[in-house]
Amino acid sequence: MSDRRDFMGMALGGFAGLGALGVLYAAKRTWDPLPSVKAGGFTTLDLSNVPENTLVVEKWRGKPILIIKVAKNAKPNVAPNGNNENAYDDKRLITVGGHKYMIVVGLCTHLGCIPDYFPEKNKFICPCHGGQFNAAGEVLKSPPPSPLVIPPFKITGTKVVLGEEGPEYKKLLAAGVVS
Amino acid sequence: MAHFDPNAKPFSNKWMNERLGVDTLKKVLSTEYWIPKNINFLWAMGMVLAATFGVLLISGIFLLMYYVPTTKEAFDSVNYTIMSQVGYGWLWRHVHGVAASVVFLIIYIHMFTGIYYGSYKRGRELIWLSGMLLFVSFSAEAFSGYMLPWGQMSYWAGMVITNLFSLGSLNLNGLVEWIRGDYVPGQAFLGRFFMLHVVLMPLIIIALIVLHFGTLRLPHVNNKDGEEYDFEAEAEKWKAGKRKESKVIPFNPVFLSKDVFVMGIYFIFFFYLVFYHFEFAMDPVNFDPANGLKTPPHIYPEWYFLWSYEILRPFSKNIGLMAFGFAQVIFFLLPFLDRSPNVAPANRRGIFKIWFWLLLIDMIGLTIMGKLPPVDPWSKIGAVFAYTFIALWIVLPFISKMEKPVGGK
Amino acid sequence: MKELKLLAVVVFFTLITYWGVEPFAHSQMHKHVEGHNFAYPDIKPSGLKGDAAKGKAAIAACTSCHGIKSQGIKAPMDALTASATYGVNPPDLSNVGALFDTKYLIAFLQNPAHAAKAKKMAMPAGMAGTAQGAADIVAYLKSIAPKELSPKEAFTTACGRCHANRYGKWTQIGDVPKTKGNIKTGNDIELSKFKMNVAKYQDKLADYMGKLPPDLSIIARARSEHYLKTFVEDPQAALPGTAMPRVGLTKEGFEKVDAYLESTGDPSKAMREKTGPWVLGFFVIFTLLAYGWYKSQWKGLK
Repeated sequence: MSDRRDFMGMALGGFAGLGALGVLYAAKRTWDPLPSVKAGGFTTLDLSNVPENTLVVEKWRGKPILIIKVAKNAKPNVAPNGNNENAYDDKRLITVGGHKYMIVVGLCTHLGCIPDYFPEKNKFICPCHGGQFNAAGEVLKSPPPSPLVIPPFKITGTKVVLGEEGPEYKKLLAAGVVS
Repeated sequence: MAHFDPNAKPFSNKWMNERLGVDTLKKVLSTEYWIPKNINFLWAMGMVLAATFGVLLISGIFLLMYYVPTTKEAFDSVNYTIMSQVGYGWLWRHVHGVAASVVFLIIYIHMFTGIYYGSYKRGRELIWLSGMLLFVSFSAEAFSGYMLPWGQMSYWAGMVITNLFSLGSLNLNGLVEWIRGDYVPGQAFLGRFFMLHVVLMPLIIIALIVLHFGTLRLPHVNNKDGEEYDFEAEAEKWKAGKRKESKVIPFNPVFLSKDVFVMGIYFIFFFYLVFYHFEFAMDPVNFDPANGLKTPPHIYPEWYFLWSYEILRPFSKNIGLMAFGFAQVIFFLLPFLDRSPNVAPANRRGIFKIWFWLLLIDMIGLTIMGKLPPVDPWSKIGAVFAYTFIALWIVLPFISKMEKPVGGK
Repeated sequence: MKELKLLAVVVFFTLITYWGVEPFAHSQMHKHVEGHNFAYPDIKPSGLKGDAAKGKAAIAACTSCHGIKSQGIKAPMDALTASATYGVNPPDLSNVGALFDTKYLIAFLQNPAHAAKAKKMAMPAGMAGTAQGAADIVAYLKSIAPKELSPKEAFTTACGRCHANRYGKWTQIGDVPKTKGNIKTGNDIELSKFKMNVAKYQDKLADYMGKLPPDLSIIARARSEHYLKTFVEDPQAALPGTAMPRVGLTKEGFEKVDAYLESTGDPSKAMREKTGPWVLGFFVIFTLLAYGWYKSQWKGLK
């Protein structure tokens, strides 16, 4: 009797497996971030009173956001990679209300420390391993392998909403300069 | 001495047998673990309990991801975060609460099945004792779990039950405060019951389940007539292909197939309660946050503790505590208080048949009276049930000694 | 067959236990209050016809304490100052006409403590002058009442000055504001100020009422639907001696409030009722397949 193929047993086992999939789906949803977390994923920045060439720090999704209203001449005093360019001309900058801003996630792309800004030198120097970035977030000195990441953003008047992908962000993303 | 064939393919059956003895394990625990054919669906209650325990573990794991064990945040972590913010959080909470209550229904059915058929005698004493230890462990697990939502009932049940440890006129208030870690149930109290509920009691329960299975293996499961089987002889018949003549079946797959069918019916009932009829398990009083300055008009334990709670109530403080202590312990002594050698269903054991049904009705009576307010006529009726309970256990050794031997092997 | 009889015995004893422990015991613990479906039989209809225009002309009698936002009339004091003065914040009157019973309101204006069955009321009696004056003002309030009111608006109007609802982010002085903390210190001064104002208000309210009215976030699961309905209709009948006043909601008004209480107290109800049939259906099919397996395994064995 049990030597023949146990079709009923296999049918039962298969159906029970479907039930297990249902439980796994519910379990997956239990792990999902809570609505309050997803709603908190949007930060509005009011850029109307940001002073020039001064580091402003905000928070978005628990991460530091570095904002610099870039001066018209933002050449780094020393550019170890030889790229002595004016950061003001960089494509990565975001134009809001006639001014240009660097808005990046303030985590060094090497190992995640928060770089310090030196306004008189027009550049960032990371305290952990000495990596350097210019006022547009481009790498001036290794070890960081890539520029500081630009978060998704949307411009509305003099305000910028982080967490939403506006048309300007999409352009930068397509141009490959976001990170 | 272990022998290892160098040509055996890794993870093949031969290779696994050399290292883990998988074929032997399979035979002993599953395909050649013999179960009498002469049984009914009540024999499936053990697996139903194992399945319910599994449900409690799994739902508990998901609740544990979001529960916050502080007096300030516990209530809202359950009733706001888990119930309305976590994906399917409401489902785990409902499943966990209903399962914690229904598991005791199955435990009592399982216990009374054992009492009815004499499955605590003649080699099966340790099965009964390990089972009673499981009952006590599940009770501790349920009580500690009920503290966690930190509602009014959590707080006041915690207050009342820990007060019992003052032991009446002994006035051991220091002991009560030590158990609580504070003068009243508070953060220290919640923390330690959280530890008990999530780690210590589950480990103890799992160890006891393994022991319970272990004590079952050699004596084998009982049968409807209490007949003593020659399991080796019956097993030989089965293995020789004489499957109809044999009085036994293998656990896997034959007994399991009936088990799973019974579990299917059980889960229809269980999930009906989870989705549509759960207030017996999630009492509204516990949806008021704990308030040490306001006693609810009615405090009562969960239904499965009511018979035991009611035994306290008719007596004065010290006598009540002694009766309560008696009630907790007396069931353990069943294999030794029943002096009759008969292993047979109660309906064939003369006076024991009456004893059985009286005990069942008495415990149901105590349960219902335990929920009712301690006023007349309920307190008077409750007193009658309490005295009957004690009397039943006192007469058991005498009526069992007088029992005529039941015919048969 | 024998097994079915056995199952019947088990089910029988289980149901008796259930009956005794649940419906029977609860009926013994809580007396059943019938309620009058918000008919307020103890309040006689005034028999007066109210003139809304006259009521509007006389509204100054009310606006010395009450605001009417919808008519651009600001409350004379903010919530906190009002609580320090009266014990509680006098309600804004914009929505009153949409939620409360006409004959109740007329009786209330003439003698608030009596109509509300409360020991004391911050609002003095006779503010509308005569019974006709009261009818006129009520007619005016009914005339400015909004056609549509959300469940939350019903709750905040009828209950929200005394009862918080933290799951709905409502406090007695208003919704919890969205604030931004100070990144440098981690402090959120705006929120701390708000919380302090709530605490001050609650202190005054608890003095006025005798105790702090409970947060109603999860009251929908802590009390039965029937209890909530009869309690709100007549608090004294359900809980004699309670400080809660009879507020005079209409049946529709209460249903709106109840809908809001359900939304914060039992928000998973819809999902539960949607998912239930699927899970039960799964186990019905599972049981049928299990029966098939059982039968195939036991064929020719008995």
